Amino acid sequence: MELESWLVSTVARSLAFSTPLLWAALGEIYAERSGVVNLGVEGMMILGAIAGFMAAQTTGSPLLGIVAAASVGGLAGLLHAFIAITLRADQYVSGLALTILGLGLAGLVGRAYVGVPLSNPMQAVTVPGVTSLPVVGPALFTGQHLLTYAGLIVAVLLSVLLFTTRLGVVIRSAGESPAATDALGINVIKVRYLCVVFGGVMAGIAGAYLSLAYRPSWTEGMTAGMGWIALAIVIFAAWRPVRAIFAAFIFGACFHLAFRLQEVFPPEFLQMLPYLVTILSLTLIALGRGGRQAGAPAALGVPYTRGER
Amino acid sequence: MLEAPPAPFPLLSAHALSKRFPGVVAVDNVSLELRAGEVHALLGENGAGKTTLISMLYGLVPPDEGYVSLFGEPVRLRAPKDAIARGVGLVAQHFMLVSRHTVAENIALGLPGTPFFRPTRRLKRRILELGKRYGLNVDPNAYVYELSAGEQQRVEIMKALVRNAKILILDEPTGVLTPQEADGLFEVVRRMKGEGHGVIFITHKLGEVLDVADRITVLRKGAVVGTLPREGADATTLARMMIGRDVVLSRVASAPPRPGLVLELSGVSARNDRGVVVLKDISFRLREGEILGVAGVAGNGQLELAEVLTGHRHVTAGSVSLAGRELGRASIRETFERGVAHIPEERNGVGVVPGLSVGENLALRHYRYPPFSRGGLLNAAATQRFAEASVREYGVSTPSLQTRTGRLSGGNIQKLVLARELSERPGGAVKLVVAAHPTYGLDIGATEQTHRMLVGERDRGAGVLLISEDLEELFRLSHRIIVMFGGKVMGIVEAEGADRGLVGLMMAGGTPKGTYA
Repeated sequence: MELESWLVSTVARSLAFSTPLLWAALGEIYAERSGVVNLGVEGMMILGAIAGFMAAQTTGSPLLGIVAAASVGGLAGLLHAFIAITLRADQYVSGLALTILGLGLAGLVGRAYVGVPLSNPMQAVTVPGVTSLPVVGPALFTGQHLLTYAGLIVAVLLSVLLFTTRLGVVIRSAGESPAATDALGINVIKVRYLCVVFGGVMAGIAGAYLSLAYRPSWTEGMTAGMGWIALAIVIFAAWRPVRAIFAAFIFGACFHLAFRLQEVFPPEFLQMLPYLVTILSLTLIALGRGGRQAGAPAALGVPYTRGER
Repeated sequence: MLEAPPAPFPLLSAHALSKRFPGVVAVDNVSLELRAGEVHALLGENGAGKTTLISMLYGLVPPDEGYVSLFGEPVRLRAPKDAIARGVGLVAQHFMLVSRHTVAENIALGLPGTPFFRPTRRLKRRILELGKRYGLNVDPNAYVYELSAGEQQRVEIMKALVRNAKILILDEPTGVLTPQEADGLFEVVRRMKGEGHGVIFITHKLGEVLDVADRITVLRKGAVVGTLPREGADATTLARMMIGRDVVLSRVASAPPRPGLVLELSGVSARNDRGVVVLKDISFRLREGEILGVAGVAGNGQLELAEVLTGHRHVTAGSVSLAGRELGRASIRETFERGVAHIPEERNGVGVVPGLSVGENLALRHYRYPPFSRGGLLNAAATQRFAEASVREYGVSTPSLQTRTGRLSGGNIQKLVLARELSERPGGAVKLVVAAHPTYGLDIGATEQTHRMLVGERDRGAGVLLISEDLEELFRLSHRIIVMFGGKVMGIVEAEGADRGLVGLMMAGGTPKGTYA
């Protein structure tokens, strides 16, 4: 019985914790599929968190908070897109700068809100009809937020979009071979802008989940490196949205267990766990023979210039 | 000049097109006509302006002067999609395919009228239909990275056909093909002709032109030398038009090899960087004063063979003996000291450091030996003297010894590499020259000089291993020719009087009986 309740709460909290990781990772998957790497996920997330908190606190509407977070995240993504795509600056440097900018800006703007609880946070929901299922019911369908379920559905939709539609082929082509894509009359620049901005929107929503639902308040640096974990998830999931669900859950569980197992293991070790898993998973993937299907998009990180040929 | 009776209107015509780039006139007042049911060959050396010309026909580059008409109507092509929409298809030298996608996905990409969901579903049937009609065998479900160069080319042609291209431009289409694949391509071209398409066929190979073209336009230095119907053309005339003077296509006379062995490989196997076995049980001998050609389609182990002989890669089985001594796990420097000269396939990057000066690149092999350096300090004067002498002897055309090497033309970079590699070294003179595609992309002048250098080394008594995709070159220079396929030696033939069809067959993996010499 005790084991069951431990299991239930672990799964439930891991799922809750995996939600922001999933949203951010899904956005980054699209950006990277189109050929642009954005190391600014952490920065876009925290900007989303503070923007969402401020909007929700001012208007009293968590929904408006999410809209604000998505918009600000999208704007941050647009900045990266402009620097990386139009100016063709180094994507890694630009992304890092975005993270530093986001953390700093959010800290500055959010000063007045530190320690203030959100007056009208997002409420947890219960999925009707399935809560009575043993273990699964309380673990997966009770006390979660709408954004958690929305994330799962969005992941599936994004997977369908990426692999079975015309737009999906275009996005993947832009990231694999922009020259070939351009030669067929597709605007690679536009596709990449779209995907990078979309990535920002998703990271913004991920931030909003933190400040509106998971811990309805504002703390400086509350994203605590989740943006980086999201980047690792993208690789771990081999740039596939549905696999990102499982990857995000594993990492979410790591974070949660680090907290839960403090009494048994030294907390320092447990805090290392998510990062250790990241390094380990990256190593395993690099060693594995996944074939050419499993690798990163071929043109990832390379600015596109229409050349002579 | 003889002209066939004109069709009602030409599919495509270029009217006095000109294009200048800083310092050069790439295309100079070129007019050209393509009729329905015609294969029009554009013949010219590298740098004759063929690629710039088709870039203008395909909307990649706007012309400075002149204009293009399609189906009798003047058009302005701002981008390739304008050309595609008007029925022009281009199969470029470097294929424009997404290698991790399926054939059908590649063809669906950007194709108007494909459904949003599962865009390839109706397309597959059409691909098979068109494939049957034109003899273009492609599997729509295959991934592009699984395909050979010839198959990828068929996908490119299919891409154009699905887009209803009436005009197909093929840019050096046979460069990556085996002779058999090339024949297959010619068959497709003939069927397209029969269906009323027009094909512009760009090449610098005379044989192909005479095989497949109905009319031939020869370009030299950006300008049209002349347009001939097929019936009025022969190889000698075309070569003269193309080059501007008579060239000798016959074999370079040579003395028979001497008895001394330069190189002996027995049962050599090696893996590539990904651990795949790419050389399988290779055995051959190379004698003093011999040029041994290595024929094969790119990627069949030739690169790795060169690497094994020059210390870049170690064998996993078998033995390599250089002038009677085991090569073993000799480093690159040791192979140099033991008399191996390496003319690498990749001139920029492997052959020279583009960012270093001409003088520095010339000294790259020698800097560590006296008199170029003593006690770890470089001797600038000795390096300078060596560089000056090399530049003079090999005719490297460079503004100064301090010029960045990357700014030189391909021909001059190759001369620089030859000067460095063929020079004396601490261990004595060159014993073995490993030359990989030594004339690829060079103009006729630089090609001839490179050939002279290789022949000079041969006459001096060195052994030359000449890896090339250019069969003309191999037959002209070699005593014997090894044919490689899939990392194996398919056969060794005497170049004098060899059956080229047989060589082509072996390049494609066929195994003739009783030809192993």
